[in-house]
Amino acid sequence: MGLNIVVCVKPIPDPKYYNEITIDPVTKTVKRQGIPTIINPIDKHAIEKALKIKEQHGGKVILMSMAPPDAQETLLEGLAMGADETYLLSDRKFAGADTLATSYVLARGIQKIGEIDLVLTGTESGDGATAQVSSQLGEWLGFSHLWGVVNCEVKSQDDIYLKTKIENGYMEWSGKLPMVFAVSREINTPRYTSIMGVMKAKKKPFTIWSFQDLDLDEVYVGLKGSPTQPGDIFSPDMGRKGEILKISKEEAVELIIEKLRANGINIESFFSGCVRGERNE
Amino acid sequence: MNKDIWVYVEQIEGKITNVSLELLSEAHRLKTKMQRPGQVVAVIIGSQLEELISTVQEYGAQKIYVADDKSLKLYEPQYYAAILKKLIKENDPHILLVGASALGSQLAPTVAAKVKTGVAAHCVELKISENDQLVAVVPAFGGKVLGDILCPKNRPQIASIKQGILDKPVKIEAVGEVIKVDLSFLTQVKTNLKPLKICREEPKGVPLEEAEIVICGGWGVGDQDTWHYLEKIAEKIGGAVACTRPPVDEGWAPGEHVMIGTSGKSVRPKLYLGFGISGATHHICGMKDSGLIISINRDENAEIFKVSDYGIIGDIKQVLPLLAEAVTK
Repeated sequence: MGLNIVVCVKPIPDPKYYNEITIDPVTKTVKRQGIPTIINPIDKHAIEKALKIKEQHGGKVILMSMAPPDAQETLLEGLAMGADETYLLSDRKFAGADTLATSYVLARGIQKIGEIDLVLTGTESGDGATAQVSSQLGEWLGFSHLWGVVNCEVKSQDDIYLKTKIENGYMEWSGKLPMVFAVSREINTPRYTSIMGVMKAKKKPFTIWSFQDLDLDEVYVGLKGSPTQPGDIFSPDMGRKGEILKISKEEAVELIIEKLRANGINIESFFSGCVRGERNE
Repeated sequence: MNKDIWVYVEQIEGKITNVSLELLSEAHRLKTKMQRPGQVVAVIIGSQLEELISTVQEYGAQKIYVADDKSLKLYEPQYYAAILKKLIKENDPHILLVGASALGSQLAPTVAAKVKTGVAAHCVELKISENDQLVAVVPAFGGKVLGDILCPKNRPQIASIKQGILDKPVKIEAVGEVIKVDLSFLTQVKTNLKPLKICREEPKGVPLEEAEIVICGGWGVGDQDTWHYLEKIAEKIGGAVACTRPPVDEGWAPGEHVMIGTSGKSVRPKLYLGFGISGATHHICGMKDSGLIISINRDENAEIFKVSDYGIIGDIKQVLPLLAEAVTK
C-alpha cells in the first residue's frame, strides 16, 4: 500500500554525561560544554519501527526535527539507519519553545509535506523528558494518538493493532490511520548503522525550512507562543553526608542488618551462626 | 476569576489510583498556601463510578464532576480529554493536577493542547507564589538540574506528578457536591482508536511503589545468578526489588516496571539498599528522597555515594551471598 511515515527526532546532549552538567551560579544557565550531541536514544526505536513498517508495506520514512542548524550532522545518523530524507525546521523564532509550541511547528512541517499516514516519536527525550510532544502533535494535526506503544502491527490502513504499557500491565487497542504514536524502548532494538549506510546518508535529500517556509501563526511559535515559562533553575539538594566506609563484607552485612532492624524488620540474630573472621575464603 | 484547584482522579478498572489520592491531599496543601483560595474539585471519568465517589469525598474533594458512561469504561484519549476540555471551558479552573501515570502522561498534554495551556510535566515539587500562581519544579537532564515552571497567562495551570513523589494521602472528610456531567456531546467526538482491553501482570511480592524497603541492583551486580540473591533477600524481608537501566537491558531484572529513575518509577522507601549502582542522575532523581540510603559499590568514586548516608566500598559478589544467608537464617 505504501505508507508515508514521519519520524520526529530530537538532537540532545548525550544522557551518559548528565553527571557532568552544572549550573553557572552567575548567569543561571546550564553548562553542558563538551557533551556530545546525539539523536535522542528512544527516537532510534521510532526510526526502527518506521523502517520495519516500510519494509513490510513500502513507502517512505521521513525524519523531521525542530532544532538549531548545527543539528544536520546529528540527524545524518537517522538517515544512515535507512530513513529516506530529512526535514530540519530551524529558525531563531523557534527558540524557547515549550512542548505546545514545538509540536505546533512540527505539525505545520508535517502538513506542508502532506499526505502523511503515520507519525512516530519516542516516548520522551533524555534532556527535557516531558513526554508531551507526541500527544500535542496529534492534537495539532487532528490525528488520534497514543503514548507508550510497546507493540504495533500495521495490517492495513484501517487495521492497526497496538499495545501500550500501563502500570503493572498493558492495554490493547485497534486503530486506523492516520495516527501519531510514541514508541517505548521495549518495542524493538534499533539497527546499527553500516559504513555503506553512512555513505548513502550524505547523498539523501536534506531540506531546511525556516519560519517563512511554513504556514505559521506567530502567536503559537517559540518562547512567546509557549504557555509555560521557565523560572529559576537550581541543583537538587542531595542532603546526605555520604559517609564512605571501607569495611569487610561481614561488617557490611552487619551494618545492613542493623539498619533493617532499625526499620522494623525482624531478623534472627545473624552472628549467632556466622561469627566474623571465622569464615574461610 | 476563581482559584479552584482541580484534580483528575484516575480510575482503572474501577480502582482509583494512589497518585490521584496523593494529588487530592496536595491540592489541600496548596490551598492553604493561597491568599484567596478556591475549592478543591475532583473530576472522575469512567463507567459505574458510584462506589468510588465516597472515596473521593473522604479525601477532601469539595465538588466532584462525575462523567459516567459505558463508552468510558476504558480510557480513550479523545473521549477523556474532550470531557476535561468541556469542563475546563465551562468552569475556568485555576490549577489542574494530573497523576503522571502511563495514561495520565498522555491525558495532561492532550487536554493542554485542546485548551491551549501549559503543563509542567513530572514535577518533583509544587509551590504557590505570592500572587497565588502555581510554581512547579521539574527535573531536566535526568534530574541534574531542577527548574521552576510557570504558566503565567493561560488557565488552568496544569501539573503532572508521578506516584510516590508527594506525601501519602490523608483523609479530609468533605461533603463533596456530586455533579453529573452531561455527556451527550460525546457522540460528536471523533477518534481512530478503540481501546480493546486491559491486561494485568500481577507483580510478585510487594509493589515497588508501596515497599518500605527497596533493594536495588545496577550494572555492578554482574550476572543473573548474583541477581537472584537480590530477589531472595527482598522476598525474605518483605522488600521490593528494583533496578537501574542496565539490568533491564541485560534481562536480569523482570522489566521496566521495576526500574527507578526519570523514565521509570520514583520511590521514597524508608530504606534503600543499592547494589552495584554507579549513580547516573536519571536514577538518583527517582530515589534520592528515600529515608535511609545505603549503597555498595566497588568504585569509591561512584556518584551514588554522594547521595548515600552510608557508602560501602565492597564487592557485590561477596556481600550479596552473605547478606542472603544472613536474612534467611
